[in-house]
Amino acid sequence: MKAAPFQYVRPASIGEACAALAQHGAEAKLIAGGQSLVPMMAMRLARPAWLIDIGRIPDLQRIEIGQDVVSIGAGVKQRTVERSAALRQRLPLLMQALAWVGHPQTRNRGTLGGSIVHADPAAEIPLVACVLDAVLELRDAAGTTDMPAREFFLAPMVTAITPEQCLVAVRFPIWNGPRVGSAFEEVSIRHGDFALASACAQIALDDAGRVQRATLGVGGAAPVPQALPEVAELLLGHAPDQALLGKVARAAAEAIEPEGDLHAPAEYRRELARVLTRRVLEAATR
Amino acid sequence: MTVPIAVEITVNSTSWRGSIEPRTTLADFLREHLGLTGTHVGCEHGVCGACSILLDGLPVRSCLMYAAQADGCAVTTIEGLSQADGTPGALQDAFCETHALQCGYCTPGMVIAAHALLQENPAPSEEEIREALSGNLCRCTGYVQIVEAVQLAAARKEG
Amino acid sequence: MGSVPDLLGLGAAFRYIGKKRRTKEDPRFVTGRGRYVADIALPGLKHVALLTSPHASALIKRLDTRRALALPGVHYALTGEEFCAATDPLPIGVDAPRVKRWSLARGCVRYAGEWIAAVVADSRALAEDAVEAIEIEYAPTECVTDPERALLPGAPLVHPEHGSNVLYRRKFVWGAVEEDFARAQHRLALKLLWARSATVPIETFGVAAQWHPGGGLLDVWASIQMPKFPDQTARALRLPGNAVRVHFDVDVGGSYGVKRGIKHTVLVGYLAKKLGMPVRLIEDRLENMRGGDMHGPDRSFEVQAAFDADGTIRSLKIRALDDVGAYAGRSPLQLGKPVGAIVGPYRIGSVEYEPISVLTHKTAQEAVRGFGQSPTNYAIESTLDAVASYLGMDRIELRRKNLIRREQFPYLIPSGTTYDSGDYHTVLDKALGAADYPRLLQQRDAARKAGRLAGIGISTCLEPSGGNSAFEPLFNPKNETTTWMDSCLVRVDLSGAITGVMNTSSSGQGHETLVATCIAEVLERDPTGIRVVHADSLSALPSNSPVGSRMAIMLGGAAAGAAKKIKAALMRIGAKNLDCGVEEVEYHEGSVRRKSGARGLSWDQLVEIAHRKFHLLPEGMEPGLQAKFVWEVPTGGMLPTSDGRIQMYPCFSFEAHIVLAEIDPATGQPRLLRYTCGHDCGTMINPDIVHGMTYGGIAHGIGAALYEKFAFSDNGQLASQTFMDYLMPSAMEVPAVKIVDHCTPSPLTEFGQKGSGEAGYLGAPAAVASAINDALAPLGAALHELPMTAPAIWQQIQEAKRRS
Repeated sequence: MKAAPFQYVRPASIGEACAALAQHGAEAKLIAGGQSLVPMMAMRLARPAWLIDIGRIPDLQRIEIGQDVVSIGAGVKQRTVERSAALRQRLPLLMQALAWVGHPQTRNRGTLGGSIVHADPAAEIPLVACVLDAVLELRDAAGTTDMPAREFFLAPMVTAITPEQCLVAVRFPIWNGPRVGSAFEEVSIRHGDFALASACAQIALDDAGRVQRATLGVGGAAPVPQALPEVAELLLGHAPDQALLGKVARAAAEAIEPEGDLHAPAEYRRELARVLTRRVLEAATR
Repeated sequence: MTVPIAVEITVNSTSWRGSIEPRTTLADFLREHLGLTGTHVGCEHGVCGACSILLDGLPVRSCLMYAAQADGCAVTTIEGLSQADGTPGALQDAFCETHALQCGYCTPGMVIAAHALLQENPAPSEEEIREALSGNLCRCTGYVQIVEAVQLAAARKEG
Repeated sequence: MGSVPDLLGLGAAFRYIGKKRRTKEDPRFVTGRGRYVADIALPGLKHVALLTSPHASALIKRLDTRRALALPGVHYALTGEEFCAATDPLPIGVDAPRVKRWSLARGCVRYAGEWIAAVVADSRALAEDAVEAIEIEYAPTECVTDPERALLPGAPLVHPEHGSNVLYRRKFVWGAVEEDFARAQHRLALKLLWARSATVPIETFGVAAQWHPGGGLLDVWASIQMPKFPDQTARALRLPGNAVRVHFDVDVGGSYGVKRGIKHTVLVGYLAKKLGMPVRLIEDRLENMRGGDMHGPDRSFEVQAAFDADGTIRSLKIRALDDVGAYAGRSPLQLGKPVGAIVGPYRIGSVEYEPISVLTHKTAQEAVRGFGQSPTNYAIESTLDAVASYLGMDRIELRRKNLIRREQFPYLIPSGTTYDSGDYHTVLDKALGAADYPRLLQQRDAARKAGRLAGIGISTCLEPSGGNSAFEPLFNPKNETTTWMDSCLVRVDLSGAITGVMNTSSSGQGHETLVATCIAEVLERDPTGIRVVHADSLSALPSNSPVGSRMAIMLGGAAAGAAKKIKAALMRIGAKNLDCGVEEVEYHEGSVRRKSGARGLSWDQLVEIAHRKFHLLPEGMEPGLQAKFVWEVPTGGMLPTSDGRIQMYPCFSFEAHIVLAEIDPATGQPRLLRYTCGHDCGTMINPDIVHGMTYGGIAHGIGAALYEKFAFSDNGQLASQTFMDYLMPSAMEVPAVKIVDHCTPSPLTEFGQKGSGEAGYLGAPAAVASAINDALAPLGAALHELPMTAPAIWQQIQEAKRRS
């Protein structure tokens, strides 16, 4: 399985990368970690005439930690995120998700941005980006566009990115507060496999133990990762008791449109969504 | 025809400079250009791990990289884990002691992954060993003697 | 005596056999110095890529390779038109002369992934580019993918000239089956499905060939595990046998039965000869999964059992329908081998067995580890569990009651095979002891109390070994093959160093270590100094290759036999030079001395006489010190009776698996928590090697039981064609396995060894299924279809809930 022939360039800056994209458009693909792209090229399912290597552009590697927002460069490796104590403290949900992403070897190369742009419906990082309502910074030769992650994913492997754009950074809101809990759960056939379904939640409780802020979502069981803000709203103002969590989990399962495939029928995915939502809600409110 | 890319890659402490076709994977580069056939190709889509090497000290799948992407990097292959005269290193010796291999095809990748684990975690639990090796498939051994080899190597290092 | 520990306490009689010893093979592999076919550099080597069919069944209306040929670096594009006229079709194991098979399709394609054209280019990448430039038009035709439908009249025919889709069908009746069923107090029926899976080695199949026009010789290097490979290659290429030289010293990256790449080899051999360039095909993973023809049994069983209230099983009826795909090599015969252990390890008095081999528009099936015994054991063991459940009897007690007893060996089963030796009850007890069975029960029950689904699985199964492939004449009376041989040549050179020559390839079984250990045992010389090499097919003695779990028996036996001849020669030389009769001398660690005195000759002295002092050699003895040993499998050499009774395989190893599993009731995910295997393969020549193969076999079995399936859509598309969809267990899915050994030596072999190449695989799927079903039992649910994936288990749980 050898890739179809392509030309290779390694721009030194984001600007150069965007210029290359502007020049080659749909005939070009960006490569950073390549963990998703290279297999597709090997199978000739992707056959860009131009491969633009952005894996080492310094401006894509930056991590900026603010009071309320963390900005992680799209080219930051999953391994780097995993090992950052600063990020662990501020983005616990992202850390929890990373444990499920592929295998250590793929995390050594794969990037935060690469996973998002590849947009596999079962991927963990896109789900977290949606659930945390992250903002994606997209840049092309004309300038920068901010797009909420929740608007970015259109269909399996299809996003709103244009052929001329490069994802340069992802801005995650930080939940500052004393009682913030989060959890990420996934069911896959084997360890490290694509999720048949996944769920995650981040919950902030007030002093009285009632839900002050909540976000949750389901992945792998729908064509795109699904943040479920209307379902999360059901938690607001209430103490997270068993009955409520059960109700919210059922609502999450009802809110998605799963599809069946070789590995799992739709009905099963829907049930997994319910079970996993229940589990993450319990863990996040413990 | 595609434009060849000039690269300089250090492999097992020896620097290599030349031009390669862009679509040459790192795995094929090591095997065909450098004749380092110890790195094996099993699936070419990043699942089996037989192609694992160390890139700047970290284990990665060489079938999931183009050699061009490794320009300026340092690669260690299975050949680089032995001593200069070919004597196996301590981890490789442990693999022989516990018979952690049969056909040998997954073995270079498995040793690389185990080596990387022990570099980072010199006293791993069984669970940690299995997790670290979960990206390297073996069809011969059922993994039992492989886990024993890593435990033995870790114990020996300690003692 | 050796200073290595005698781990089992069984080896007091042996010097080297049964002791822990590092293998000869490991050092080269662990340093990356194996020599696999893709590592072999041939100057001027060209590379092959394949055009494969996207359709399961179609006519080829147009095929034009001119654009491909015009691309730079392309040397040739071969199509079926040329290839099928220039070569002979590949042999098929049953009598079906109109089911013809070549490496390339001609006129029509019969499965998605079938090879249509082969391009030869300067690199694999260029060859793949050129394949894309081939112009082809298809007219798809109706396909059949359901084996039951393929049996019906009016189903599309995969090979119309054959007249039906049935490749083989026969109903064997051994013993008074109908009477036993009538007389039995109870009967039950069970349906089971063993989905198509395979042992899928990490190395795909590869072959390189080079034609030498001067000598008229084709050199072949291949990742091969196949009997009669050089012969079949030569035959298909219309060459005499001695025009093909297969290099058996190529390291094979795992095979476990499947690497019978005869179609790849004939293709590459033809190209090498035609082009006068060395040519190589290394399957990529897609070619391998879809069109390498290395899928395994794809079987549905209908089993009926007749039994009494006390648990005595009187009789079995087994219908086994196997879907071999669009072509067949040896695959139909995988229904035949289980005849030799058709009652498993049990005293069942009569059996009816109806194997049916059927064609469909799917990838062709080939041999897989165990050659059909593992699915059969799954069927037998599931039936035992069903009988236990029916009677409310403990599954272990039911087995104890029916297992053949130690004192009953050698034991003749209804289908004509005699089991050589065994002590099944002791192995079972050892396994239960090592598993701490009472504690497992406690753990299971505690998990159940805590609301989890938990189960214990049991299987007690046979591993027939020795590879007497008498299923060939059994399934095809026109094939009167009864020779299943192997061989070894041992030589002691002028320096006194010992070399053993084995005559076939190896794929991780440690044959070099096996041969060295056996020679060492007989000659009482350190195996460390014994070198073992592989002959090539021109210099090789006859071998039937490592199949049917046969090499410990056959190659070990041959190595020992040759070494004994050398020992005898040394004693004759010693006696002559000590002026006495052979009966007056004794042999000790290579030296020969008078029993009654101190006089003796050392190894070096004996060797020197043999090689250099002809005047001191006994009369009539040939110079040098070498011996060959070629022999027929013990109990072999017979044709089947007219009612299909036959001695199939000589030696029977036994395994007892005990598994503790849990299922997450909400998601259906299975987890194997404890795994113990009691194993008896007679004398183990190298325990680490035997254990390794057993662990590996168990991992293969776990894969077949829980994860692996070549899933086809209704229109014949292989859905699981990459490792992203064909899921094999990693170190996270295979639990820590504990093996406990027992030794019931075989009376038929030199050291009492039996085979163990299929160990673990033959009992694991049955045991895992038993555990999952024990976990589901409290819900009144059961799953009789492999693989038992999380969604499939979950489905059973849901249906059970709906029923209640």
